[in-house]
Formats: sequence, C-alpha cells, structure tokens
Amino acid sequence: MTPRLERRAFLAAAAVVTVLPWTSARATPASMAAAIKEVTGDASVREGRVILDLPPLIENGNTVPLTVSVESPMTVTDHIKAIHVFNEKNPQPHVFDATLGPRNGKAVIGTRIKLGDSQKIIAIAETSTGEFWSASADVIVTLAACIEDLT
Amino acid sequence: MRRVRIGLGLASIFAASFAAAQSGDSSRHSGYQDMGPALQKMQDDDSANPGMLFVQAGEALWNQRTGAANKACADCHRAAAATMKGVAVRYPAIPPGTAKPVDLEGRINLCRTANQKAEPLAGESRELLALTAYLARQSRGLPIAPPDDPRLGPFREQGAELYKRRQGQLNLACATCHDANAGKKLAGVTIPQAHPDGYPVYRLEWQSLGSLKRRLRNCLVGIRAEAYAYDAPEYVLLELYLMDRAKGMKLEAPGVRP
Amino acid sequence: MVNVLINVPKTAKRGDVVEIKALILHPMETGFRPGTNGRIIPRNIVERFSATWNGTEIFRMTMTPAIAANPFVSFFAVANESGTIGFRWSGDEGFLAEESVTITVA
Ligand code: HEC
Ligand code: HEC
Repeated sequence: MTPRLERRAFLAAAAVVTVLPWTSARATPASMAAAIKEVTGDASVREGRVILDLPPLIENGNTVPLTVSVESPMTVTDHIKAIHVFNEKNPQPHVFDATLGPRNGKAVIGTRIKLGDSQKIIAIAETSTGEFWSASADVIVTLAACIEDLT
Repeated sequence: MRRVRIGLGLASIFAASFAAAQSGDSSRHSGYQDMGPALQKMQDDDSANPGMLFVQAGEALWNQRTGAANKACADCHRAAAATMKGVAVRYPAIPPGTAKPVDLEGRINLCRTANQKAEPLAGESRELLALTAYLARQSRGLPIAPPDDPRLGPFREQGAELYKRRQGQLNLACATCHDANAGKKLAGVTIPQAHPDGYPVYRLEWQSLGSLKRRLRNCLVGIRAEAYAYDAPEYVLLELYLMDRAKGMKLEAPGVRP
Repeated sequence: MVNVLINVPKTAKRGDVVEIKALILHPMETGFRPGTNGRIIPRNIVERFSATWNGTEIFRMTMTPAIAANPFVSFFAVANESGTIGFRWSGDEGFLAEESVTITVA
C-alpha cells in the first residue's frame, strides 16, 4: 500500500470506530432549565460555594467520575441539605439528587455519571436556610475507538 | 504515517520490538500511562476500581465446591495469595502432559473439567472473568515472565506473524496501529502500545470487566476483519506474542481502560 | 449474585469525619438504547441508594439512567458512635440489595 492509501485506510478506521452511545431523545438546555426550576422554585440560584470536579477531557462518556464539594459548616442550624446535578444533553436533564445533613460532617459527594456528548453540567446545592448555590462545568467527551460490533 | 513493507520491513519491525521487549526498553509503556489522572485513580484505588467487584466474586468461587468431584479450587490449591502468586504472569503456557499452549482462562477450565469434574465455564462468562481476575490479582505488581519453554517458540512466532499480518477490509495490521502509530490519536483516542498488562480489564466502553480476548476481538472488528471464533487458537497465539513483547512490565490487573 | 464493595475505616476517633465508599454490580440499563434486535432494551436501574448509621439515615441518593453502570457513591459521615453502617440499593425489576459493615468509634 502506498503511504497515501495507507493513511486513507487508517482514517477510514477512525471513521468506522466512531459511534455515538446515546440515540435521539436529548435533554435540551430548556428542559434542563425546567428541571432546575422544579428543584429551586422561584428562589434565586447564586454561583459559588460549590466546586464541581470532572475531568476536563473525558475518555469515555460511559463512566465519568464526578465530585461535588460544597463549602458549609454542616451544623444542625447551617448545613447543606441537598445536592442536585443536571446535564444539558443526556436524554433526561436530571443526573441525581442527594440528601444530606449535619451527620455528614462534610458536604462532599462523589459518583460516576454517563455523558453522551460534550456539554454543560450544573451542580446545585440547597442550604438548610433555603439558599441555592451552584457551579457548572463544560466537558468534552471523546468517543471510544474500536468498539464492538453492535449487530 | 510511515510505510510498512511486507517482508523485510516486517522482519525488521519484528526484530526491533522483540529486541525492545527483551531489553526492557523504557520506551515501552502501559495503556495506563495513556489515561488521564481520573481513570488512573479509578484503577489504583481498590475501593473504587469496579474490577474489584469481580475479584471479590472470584474469591467466593475459589472457595465454592462444585462439579461431580465436589471440590473447590481452595481444596487443592489452598490460599490463592500463596499458591497463585506469579501464575498469571507466565500464561499462556503449555500444561504438563499436553502439547498446546493455553491462556489463564483455558488453564482454569482444565481444572474445572479434569479436577472438579464440572462443565467448563463459558468464555467471557461472569464466573470465568471473576476467577481470572482473582488469580491475576494475586500477581499484581509482578513482572510479566513468559516461561522459557522452547516448545512455545513456534507458537509465539505464529502470534508475531498474525500481529504483523494485514487483515480486514481496511487492510491494517496490529503493528500498523500499535507499533508504527502508537501514541498518535485515532478518532480522539490515543493508540496504546497494546500491552496485556492490565487484563482482565474493566473497560468503560463495555461497562464491565472483559478478557484480553474480548479486547482483541474489538480491534479486529475495528479494522473490519472477521473476528476469530471465541475458541479459535489465534487468540492464544496473539496473547503469547503480546506477553512476550511485554516481558518484564508489571502486571496491574484488574486494570481500568476507557 | 449480589456483588457489593464497601469501604469504611474499621475504626475511628469520636468526631472524625470518615469517608464511605460503596460500589455495586448493576447494569444501569438506561431504557434509551436499542438492543441487537433494534428494539429498546427496557430500563433497569438502581433508583434509590441510602445509608444508615445504627438505624438512622445519614445519606440518600436518587439515581437516574445517567448514573454509570456499577454505581459508585462516596460521601462522608461524622463518627459519633460504634455500630453498624447499613446500605440499601433498590430499583427496577424488584432490585434490592442490602449490606452492612461495622465500625468501632473510640
Ligand atoms: C482436585 C484438585 C484440584 C482442584 C479442585 C483444582 N485444581 Fe487447579 N490444579 C491442580 C493440580 C494438581 C495442578 C497442577 C497441574 C499439573 O501440573 O499437572 C493444578 C494447576 C492449576 C493452575 C496452574 C498453576 C501453574 O502453576 O501453572 C491453575 C491456574 C489452577 N490449577 C487453577 C484452578 C482453579 C481456578 C480451580 C477452581 C476452579 C482449580 N484449579 C481447581 C489441582 C486442582
Ligand atoms: C486501526 C488501529 C488499530 C488496529 C489495526 C488494531 N488496534 Fe488494538 N487498539 C487500537 C486502539 C485505538 C486501542 C485503544 C482503544 C480505546 O481505548 O478505545 C486499542 C487497544 C488494544 C489493546 C489494549 C491495550 C490496553 O492498554 O489495554 C490491545 C491488547 C490491542 N489493541 C491489540 C491489538 C491487536 C492484537 C491487533 C491486531 C489483531 C490490534 N490491536 C489492531 C487500535 C488498533
């Protein structure tokens, strides 16, 4: 094979192995906004106090480690009572809702999520005093190569 | 991309990678090093590595009596931590009294049939993966050490030949990607050097643990080649070659890969 | 085969904030993916995860199909007394798994 042909075959391989893990039915930014509103009602959501930690470049959207840390004394009178995570483009805007309280000592939780595509992720923390704080992250998802034949 | 000529070109590549394998060349590196810190951390932390779920299941199977002989692996082999340490790093190997190499999965199934008098476990079944992961875990951190059984030589060479042979509709050889283009990007993914040091691995794409065989099948499908049947000898030949090429690298099973 | 891995320190000083990690084998089938026959594979996920300390709930999480297969959750808890930390996962198709570990608080 000539170098050029070989390069072409190699690029063709690249094309063949690119498959999107999710099909149709995507959450749109509008449905994400609606899902957030369901949680926060008319309260305002401020940016800050929340750190949303995700790898900036995601090697496989099937399993994306995510940590949410919220600054809070976690006392009976002043604590984080819930953490919600939303995404823009998965089929459903909700990722998870966690309920916590003073027994946790620290408002830090970790899990792993699925992301079908590059998009924005938002974490919202609800305090025991009724405030909402948030952080967001833009992530880039690369797609796996050489996956299995789906047929 | 560099041009790879069949014939002389192949022989020299073969010689080069073979020499690298034997001298423990530092330019060899694990697929682990091609991953970002988040996935490396997932592999390193036993309480977060999903492959450990299979290791735990494997431990239970190790102690469970089964088959017509009603024997557990542990009845004969006692504590795996002592008796199975250093075993996974030398497979594929030729079991005593036979003439053909088997991989670790194949060796486990020999004990299933000959010693437990039970049905062999299906390839890629949860049980077989669990036992394989449990045994491989006993060798974590040990250098890959292919046996220097001279009978293995011809099989290893056949494996090397398969590795260099162009195949599939895209007419690519394993070597085209994993030797000539390792470290480059393919559809956004870094092409690894194809070392078997993490297997069985928890591959995020599979959302499960899987064997080296399954990984090789994925590459064959990727180049639009007909994947060999699950029980075809070609896999063991390729595994023999890959283990030899990775000689001296540390086993890190169960690994995590994207 | 229910397969769960829990990581909690065996001992802690009273008042320590300890990290708790829980991993469970589960496909987390989204209900959005077509199977090999082209038909959608029915949703099969863990929907609820909770943890208790000597019977009192200390953490809860509602999951969706966007949680990765073999769900992993980590969180913290104040070690206030020795006892049992219980874990419970429930979800589609009647899925229910329970596990507990003990911790000594001095
Ligand atoms: C009845 C006793 C018996 C039982 C039960 C048994 N084995 Fe074995 N196994 C042996 C013997 C004996 C050998 C050595 C074979 C030989 O050298 O001929 C062996 C060899 C092996 C080896 C190769 C070790 C090496 O050094 O290369 C592996 C791996 C192994 N067994 C795994 C298992 C597993 C896993 C199970 C349970 C599923 C199991 N065995 C059950 C008797 C047993
Ligand atoms: C078109 C290029 C290409 C060809 C040809 C190819 N592979 Fe791969 N291979 C890849 C890529 C890309 C990955 C990593 C995939 C990923 O992470 O998504 C990979 C991964 C692997 C791995 C896993 C390495 C690890 O760290 O876990 C092994 C082993 C492997 N290939 C062996 C082979 C063998 C053997 C052949 C020939 C039968 C082959 N490959 C052919 C591109 C290729």
